[in-house]
Formats: sequence, structure tokens, C-alpha cells
Amino acid sequence: MNGGRVNRARMLRCILALASIPAMAQVELSGSWLALNHEDGLERLGGPYAVDYTGIPFNEFGRARALSTSLSQMSEPERICAFYTPFHLMLGQFPIKIWNETEPLNGRTLAWKISAWENRGIITIWMDGRPHPSQYAAHEKVGFTTGEWQGDVLTTFTTHMEAGYLRRNGARSTDQATMTMHFFRHGDLLTVSAWLDDPIYLAEPFYLTRSYQASTTPINPASPPCIQGDEGPQEGEVPHHLPGKTPFIDELTKLYGIPPEGTLGGPETMYPEFRKKIKEKFVMPAKCTLNCGGPARPGQ
Amino acid sequence: MMGTNTWLLMAALLSIAAAAQGQRGGAAATGKAAAPFDLTGYWVSIVNEDWRYRMVTPTSGDYQGVPMNVAARQVADAWDPANDEAAGEQCKSYGAPALLRVPERLHITWEDDQTLREETDAGMQTRLFHFGDWKAPGGPRTWQGDSVARWETHGGRGGPQSGTLRVTTTHLRAGYLRKNGVPYSEDATVTEYYDLAKERNGDVWLVVTITVEDPKYLTQQFVISSQFKKQADGAGWDPTPCSSRW
Repeated sequence: MNGGRVNRARMLRCILALASIPAMAQVELSGSWLALNHEDGLERLGGPYAVDYTGIPFNEFGRARALSTSLSQMSEPERICAFYTPFHLMLGQFPIKIWNETEPLNGRTLAWKISAWENRGIITIWMDGRPHPSQYAAHEKVGFTTGEWQGDVLTTFTTHMEAGYLRRNGARSTDQATMTMHFFRHGDLLTVSAWLDDPIYLAEPFYLTRSYQASTTPINPASPPCIQGDEGPQEGEVPHHLPGKTPFIDELTKLYGIPPEGTLGGPETMYPEFRKKIKEKFVMPAKCTLNCGGPARPGQ
Repeated sequence: MMGTNTWLLMAALLSIAAAAQGQRGGAAATGKAAAPFDLTGYWVSIVNEDWRYRMVTPTSGDYQGVPMNVAARQVADAWDPANDEAAGEQCKSYGAPALLRVPERLHITWEDDQTLREETDAGMQTRLFHFGDWKAPGGPRTWQGDSVARWETHGGRGGPQSGTLRVTTTHLRAGYLRKNGVPYSEDATVTEYYDLAKERNGDVWLVVTITVEDPKYLTQQFVISSQFKKQADGAGWDPTPCSSRW
């Protein structure tokens, strides 16, 4: 019977469609997500102070590298794009769009994609079980990322990044850094954690979290990432700071009374016990004078 | 005509689909029995974010990042820790909306089958997360308020059970979102999501997404997330009383 064949074909299509429902307890991540910058507001929006390494688990090499870095390096054509690895997702202020690319025949997710923004390239999270490249393979700005569902949490692992940064003030990471991220969805909220391990510059992994809110207004990726250009530095000159010559090294101390052992980072600065170490040295300024946030006072 | 086997296959796939889509908050015997993961033990906060608002007392007038309204600013501008001390309100910055931003250690235990207990060494605060059909007893508002909890779990095909602990807290005594007087009112509602993450070196992390809604002092939902690393034992546990100055 023709009708029977048609029904059977419909049913088989239905079965195939159901079979494409994820095997594990996955959640939908696709969509537009607004960045909520309520924590680290200054770091993500206006940008951090030049020597604010608070909470960064630097080792001595990482700290020395950061103190020698002049952000004027970013004006050099060959370094304009030097900082924007996938870790920038945790540091920038921007919203994101997430989508999945599927295999046409079975509907399975081949990869998740996180949109580029300005200087950061599209992050591709391969979900098809492909291996990471050889340790000798070339590194790229966006690195190489694979993912797997652990229950309803998408967990990703990134290798083969180029050197980047840990904070937008010259705190650097090396090309040996690797990153694990977790994507936790709670209704309209998406919280992302990133565990960045850099055996060259960090004494312990650096752990950041941030949240996004689902947006019904579409957010579309902006421009090709990181367009190189000449911003005017002298040819043959590499902006830098010699040891002991870093400017603004006491800026955080002057503005907020934070003693230098706090501003310069280190693993101990991440732990509650560190408060005891600096308690007697901390002097709270009378009033915030710069980058204070908050709404205008009435009449202002 | 469809064969019986085809219909059975359809039914099985549909039931799997329903499970995979996530049946939140399914019926469970007790909060303890339904726990998809173990939160108990000692945890230490790792302060990589908002460092100068957490590790030291933030400067008066520094409100960066908080979506506060003008009324909140007026309250915050009048912050005087000496007044709080004199009024016996040193714990204003240790209430539920701010407690997990304090550098501290947590000790989480099951008080009974339906009550999860969260203690902090900093400020020596105790929160109780009530599962099931718990009814608040009423009475005066407190720094930690009344918290109801539920597991939000996704059951899947053959995969590990996973999920989130969702805690909703109301009936709060008014306090500070930040130690420098950024206020929340007694109308504030706190919703928290507790998630676990296991990292490649074996460390287990607790990531808590904290949302605060306060129609009196916030222009929008305030959303932050705090992270804690699992500790082998209570080493470092250092109970210290609340302080309005440090």
C-alpha cells in the first residue's frame, strides 16, 4: 500500500530525528548572549590599571615579563593582534553568539562556535572526538579546542594557542598555556569558567568565571578579527620597560592603599590568608577619586 | 501499517528524548538522597576577581560594576563603619547576598536529610538550605534569611547524573553588597546556582553563580560568580568574627 509506505517513511524520519537528540543530558547553548560585567567591571570595560596584577598567580618570570611590557607594543603592526587568544573571552566586555554546526545526515553536533569580536577570532570547539594536534604542530592565535558534555555541562580544552595575555595590562601568558572551560547554563544565565594553566609564567592555574544573559535581540559577530595596521611607532623600536623602570608601579598603592605585595600578584594573593599579611600595611584612602562607578549624585 | 516493534522503538526514543531534554526538579525522596554530586567538605575561596573590593576594604565611594540606583548611592555615600560598629551591625557585609564574596573557607555538611548546612570561617556565619516542602518559621529577618533549595538535574542516556543546586533566599536583614556600604534592602532576593567542575590536575572547584534582585536599590539583576577549591580537610579553617572595617 502506498499510504503504508508513506507512513513508514514518515515514521522512520521521525525516528532518525529523535535519534539525533543528544545522547547525554546536554543543554542548548545556541543564541545571543549579553555580557554581564558586574565583576571586574573596570578590567573588562575601561581596562585595568597598568600594574594591577592582584589575584594573578604569577611566578617570578611572569611578573618580570609583565613589568617589562609596554602596552605601546600594541601599536606595532606586528603586535596589534598579539594578545587575543580564546582566553580573551574571559577578559573582554563583549557579548557573544554561540551556534552549533551539525552533520547533515544525522544531525549530530560537529562543532560549537563562539563568535569573534573585534580582536578575538571565532572559537571552534570540536565535538567529533578528533585528537589535538601533535605537540610540534604550529600554534595559532585561536589555538585548538575540543569539547565534551559532562552531564549538562560543556567542558572544553584548548591547546596550541600563541602567547597572549592574562589581563589587559601586559600580564602575559605563553604559548605553552592550556585552558579548560566549563559552560554552565541556568535558564537565561550562562556562566563560563576558565582554568588557564601556564607552566612558564604561573605558579598555579588562573581561574576566572563570568556570566552572560540570554538576549532576544540578535548579536552578530563584528568584523574580521584583529585587523593589523600601523599606529605610528618608530620602526626598529620595541616599546618596553627596563627592570626597575616600570612606570605606574605604585599607582594602585596611591589610589587604593594596596601594598605592593598585593598589586604585584603571586599565588598567595589569591587565598584568604593573604589578608592577614597585608592588614597592617593597608591604608584606606579617604575617598575614591578615579574610576569610581555608580550613578551620578542628584544634581550632578 | 506500522509494526509493533517500530511503535515500541518510537516509544522508547520518545521517553529518552524527554529524559535528555531534562526533567528539572523531579520527585526525590530527600535532598540528601537526590544529590547528584557531593558538596560536603571544606572549600577555600580563590580571589582572582574583584580583588580590591574583596581582599581589602574598598574605598569609600568606589562602586564600580554594581548596577545601583541613586537611592543606593545616597545610602552608600553615607557609609561609616564606626557607626555600624556602634550599632552592633558589623555583619552587614556578611549577609547572604555578599557572603560568598568574602575571602573565606566554607564547610558544607548535611544537617539532616533535608537540610544542607553551609558555614563560613570569615564572619562565622551559618546558612541552612532547606529542601522539600519546608515552611519558613517567620520571626525577625536575619543576615542569612530563609533559603529553600532544590536540585536541578538532567538525566540522560547512559551519561553521568549532573545538575545544579539552586538556592533561593529571602527574608533578609538589610545589609551591604560590598563592605564600603553599597546597600541591599530587606526586599532583596538572592538566587544561587552551585556547580562543580573537575579540572585536569584533579582539583575540584565549586562555582557559585549569585544573582541579587532588589527593587529598592538595584537597576537590574546583579550577577556575579565566585569560585572555591575543594580542600582535603579543615586545615586553615580560621573562625573570625565579622568586622565592619576589615
